[in-house]
Amino acid sequence: MSCILQVEKLVKHFGTVEAVNGVSFTIERGTCFGLLGPNGAGKTTTVEMMEGILPSTSGSIQYKGAPADETFRDEAGIMFQETSLQEFIQVGETLELFSRFYSHTRPLDELIERCALGEYLDRDVRKLSGGQRQRLLLAIALVNDPEIVFLDEPTTGLDPQARRNFWQLVNDIKQEQKTLVLTTHYMEEAYELCDEIAIMDHGRIIAQGSPRALLKKHFDNSVILLPANEVPETLDQDPRLKLHRMNGQVEILSEDVNATIDLLMAQRIPLTHLQIRSRTLEDLFLELTGRGLRS
Amino acid sequence: MRFKRFIAVLSARNLEFIRDRSALSWNIVLPVLIVFGFAFAFTTSSQDLFKVGVYDQQKQAPTVEAFLKLKHIQFITVEALETAITKVERHQLDMLLDSSSGSYWINDSSANGYMLEQLLKRPGDTTLNKQTVTGDAIRYVDWLIPGVLGMNIMFSSLFGVGYVIVRYRKNGVLKRLKATPLTAFEFLSAQVVSRLWLIVAVTSLVYAGTDLLVGFRMYGSYLSLLLVLVLGTFSMICLSLIVAARLSNEETANGILNLVSWPMMMLSGVWFSLEGSPDIIQQLALIFPLTHMIQAARAIMIDGDGLLQVTDHILILIIMSVVFMTIGARSFKWE
Repeated sequence: MSCILQVEKLVKHFGTVEAVNGVSFTIERGTCFGLLGPNGAGKTTTVEMMEGILPSTSGSIQYKGAPADETFRDEAGIMFQETSLQEFIQVGETLELFSRFYSHTRPLDELIERCALGEYLDRDVRKLSGGQRQRLLLAIALVNDPEIVFLDEPTTGLDPQARRNFWQLVNDIKQEQKTLVLTTHYMEEAYELCDEIAIMDHGRIIAQGSPRALLKKHFDNSVILLPANEVPETLDQDPRLKLHRMNGQVEILSEDVNATIDLLMAQRIPLTHLQIRSRTLEDLFLELTGRGLRS
Repeated sequence: MRFKRFIAVLSARNLEFIRDRSALSWNIVLPVLIVFGFAFAFTTSSQDLFKVGVYDQQKQAPTVEAFLKLKHIQFITVEALETAITKVERHQLDMLLDSSSGSYWINDSSANGYMLEQLLKRPGDTTLNKQTVTGDAIRYVDWLIPGVLGMNIMFSSLFGVGYVIVRYRKNGVLKRLKATPLTAFEFLSAQVVSRLWLIVAVTSLVYAGTDLLVGFRMYGSYLSLLLVLVLGTFSMICLSLIVAARLSNEETANGILNLVSWPMMMLSGVWFSLEGSPDIIQQLALIFPLTHMIQAARAIMIDGDGLLQVTDHILILIIMSVVFMTIGARSFKWE
């Protein structure tokens, strides 16, 4: 696998605010790279510098081994976090408009079918629902059959069904060996779609790797969940259990689930409502920063 | 510059304008209403220049008979002397005449009163030879039409391009376009050309339509008038590019556009001639492209001038366009 995008010591200051502080990473061709972090972590600023929308204060971004130029704009597909399209223009006309900007384009019929836009071609872009609009914006990002696609929080504000449909579309793009750069604060989304993630906070990358590798590196335990009223408080002080109460539940961190369950059974704790879950990226973020990803 | 990209943006902008019915109808309806309003308000059969109140008309002395037969003076019979004197005080009457008592009243500060007094004393007394000519009068509406159409072009150019680009920047349309291979030059050219041809088409349509109903005096060449229209429009669109170069706040843009357009509307000779105004105002008016467009259009329409006679206006419009466009394009930012 070869590197398609290399970011080196990237810095961005807005006046006295240091939005991005020396971020470095490489993105391999054909992978999905995720930038994770809470609001204000510097994800969008980093991505917009990579997209060529924002100039960096210092640092370098290399696309295919050279500074990004006109070729990059022609070969990149971009879906912004928030974008407006020209008013009074219909969906089909919008796709036609954007397709004329590029030297190489994907057949519009295929794109319309893939993004399920056939029913809305004659509809004014202002009259689309959230999901339809995101599919149109994705179709615009793909209109030039891009080598690299930037998706900045593409599913924010979508209902769960629309979000899952969108993930399917992104997975289809992945199948074509396109390179994807995704920013999100939905951990499930990152876990589902990304091959590699970088977690950002305060403008810095605080952890990087594949989601599984990161979880494996930082966690060797699982979480056992029980209703709080079924676990007597005397167990809170038991040195054999890493236990804490939260939102009416008891979370027990366990390196050996079997041993922990045996211990609970010995204490005659009812296990009817017992749940076991693996550690998530959300846990990882909490562990690394002490605050939630959506905070 | 890729022509394909330019044409794509041009077509999209044209569609947006044509489908935005409120903007389209406003661009057509407003000038038509103004022209018709003024055509009817100022087209009257009366050519009276002065108003004279006459008290006790039956008993006028024979010495004022010649005065009472003068043309273009509206003689109004008044019933009460006191009320009529008050009207003279307030310039509602230029003169009050009661020759039966041997008196007339004029207001010392009234120019019309002074003129009437001269006529009353020695009407038509001259030794010079009289030469007469014939010809249709230039009505106010004939004089006004280049001004009204020019004003409409100015608003359409400034707000139709400047304001729209600022709105695009504010809501992120420009950001999205920046992420494509489209260049600023291609984008701006498309905006300029789109608005230019739409304004020229709409203005020609309004001119033809109102001409059909009101019937303007046009002594010059339509081709020359078209050239002045295109150049004047182009220069004002280029001026709007300067306003639109960096602003991303519609309220600020609105304020600046009003700051530019209102002095132009008041000082470019849209509604009244600047010939009698102070020299400094006349000189100041020359910095506005609208002044040159209107003056050139009036010279062609009313005086029948050819392009040669309006070359100075045309050259100034070209120079202004180049300067405005260079500043606007160079300072343009997508965001």
